[in-house]
Amino acid sequence: MTDPSPRLSRRGMLTGGLAAVGGAAVASTATLALTGDDGPSAAAEPSATTVPFHGKRQAGVATAPQAHGTFVSLAMKPDVDVERFASVLRLLSQDAERLTEGLPALGDTEPELAKPVNRLTITFGFGHALFDKLGIADRRPADFTPVPEFEHDQLDEAWNGGDVLLQICADDPTTVSHAVRMCVKDARSIAEVKWVMRGFRQAPPVVEPGATPRNLMGQLDGTANPDPDDEGVVWRDGSDSMADGTTLVIRRIRAEMEAWDAVPPVSKEQIMGRRLDTGAPLTGESEHDEPDFSVTDHLHLPVIAPNSHIKRARLDDGRRIFRRAYNYDDHILSDGTGDVGLIFAAYQADIGTFVDIQAQLDAADMLNAYVTAVGSAEFLIPPGCEEGGWVGETLFG
Amino acid sequence: MAISNSRVRGSLAALGMAAVLTLSACGGAETEAAADEPTEAATLTVEDAWVVTADDGMTAAFAVFNNPSDTDIVIASAECALSPMELHEMDMSSGDMVMQEKEDGFTIPAGESHILEPGGDHLMLMELSEPILAGDEVEITLHLVDGEQLVFTAVAKDFAGADEEYNHDDHGDHGDHGEDEHDDHGDHGDHGDHGEE
Repeated sequence: MTDPSPRLSRRGMLTGGLAAVGGAAVASTATLALTGDDGPSAAAEPSATTVPFHGKRQAGVATAPQAHGTFVSLAMKPDVDVERFASVLRLLSQDAERLTEGLPALGDTEPELAKPVNRLTITFGFGHALFDKLGIADRRPADFTPVPEFEHDQLDEAWNGGDVLLQICADDPTTVSHAVRMCVKDARSIAEVKWVMRGFRQAPPVVEPGATPRNLMGQLDGTANPDPDDEGVVWRDGSDSMADGTTLVIRRIRAEMEAWDAVPPVSKEQIMGRRLDTGAPLTGESEHDEPDFSVTDHLHLPVIAPNSHIKRARLDDGRRIFRRAYNYDDHILSDGTGDVGLIFAAYQADIGTFVDIQAQLDAADMLNAYVTAVGSAEFLIPPGCEEGGWVGETLFG
Repeated sequence: MAISNSRVRGSLAALGMAAVLTLSACGGAETEAAADEPTEAATLTVEDAWVVTADDGMTAAFAVFNNPSDTDIVIASAECALSPMELHEMDMSSGDMVMQEKEDGFTIPAGESHILEPGGDHLMLMELSEPILAGDEVEITLHLVDGEQLVFTAVAKDFAGADEEYNHDDHGDHGDHGEDEHDDHGDHGDHGDHGEE
């Protein structure tokens, strides 16, 4: 294969047609293509910052959360076989490859919306029932089981489940909308849209990099979150089809704002186990102090109540989940009551960790009176892909 | 890429070639004479190739042809296993935007690129022998004026323009659609920048 000139190689590296040829040659110029003329992807202009699509792990999980996130759940149409499905997944990875680099997708009718790229990530997930529908249940990892419905849940089927998940995040909602539209257009020959959850969160420059954002109940949300790359939390190891993948649980959690409004601030803090203003545990001074559940007050009662949210959210054996949630704020009714809450996205190597934590919360958590899960869905997040590959290849290829 | 699982359509599927960017003089009967000579490493490259899905009838394919060499390259014709093909241009000379065969082929000037895109030049598949579905990979062979060939793969995508009727005999049908395409075409002017990034 003749090496294209540097002037031509950027486009050349980013097409499905070219990428399959000449692995070594492709890899060397791929770096050029992805990093651009100015060096690493953090451009002088923040809106031009890109997050690489290719890698052993999908982007959008360990990526510093962008300000806007849309989660689209697709339901497969009947009579789609694995081969058709794989063809469309290749298209979707190609769209993601281009859009996350600031290039319009092939056949993009709004190419002007491809820039600025605003740290766009597009992450793909696959649901439990999908494998049955495709007739390949044997390819589904045995430890991936559906999350059960819990006692306090009020699940609405309209917000549950799904066969394919598109998680599309960026620092600008226009970028997200364009990417959502392009991916949905390329998927709809084989799938229908089941639900769409749109969310937002505080992200730089609105807050300092790494700062914990607030949810719409006013709480700092994510203080005790592990680093997503901590050993054994998010990423699966081994060498099977899901190595460097993870699982994702999406629970749509409605905030019962009318009830929450009536709770005095001190009580809110006792319900959580943390101060509202700083996020410090009630036994500490600053946000990241370790809570001390053994500290008691003058009445010999624990300062952090045993059924406070932060106590109930911790497993004794130390297993953890990684939360990357987005606030949602949908319609307001004529009486002024609204539908606000959290698109609670939790990533964990073993979905059983999420189930065990949620079971503990469901059994007892003072916060249960003020939040209601109205949707529940779970997806496998397979490993990433390199140039010439596609996400989902290890499961459906 | 797991070639065996892809819906690759075309004569080279059995060879497992998803995309080939070599020029060779090997080809059909019409180029047997050239096959005896060693091939100059001609440098036309193809990228961003895609074709519009269709159940039957006509459909269009698009791509970007890059010619970094110092001589012009002219594409004379194209072929694929699924359909006879023509090279088409959009022409405004009659006052409406109409599609017509480009008899003198596509010229890619030395050191330049030529973009085939909706509203502009394109490759036309004139009569599909079977449907093209989203994600299918269609192999197309270009025949250059100098006798050489280039094979590339176009990936199939759903596209809103697919419903239009390309009817040579009734140019009036193109009036409305042609105007829409023409307006959009102006927005594509920045495509010329891509090669310089």
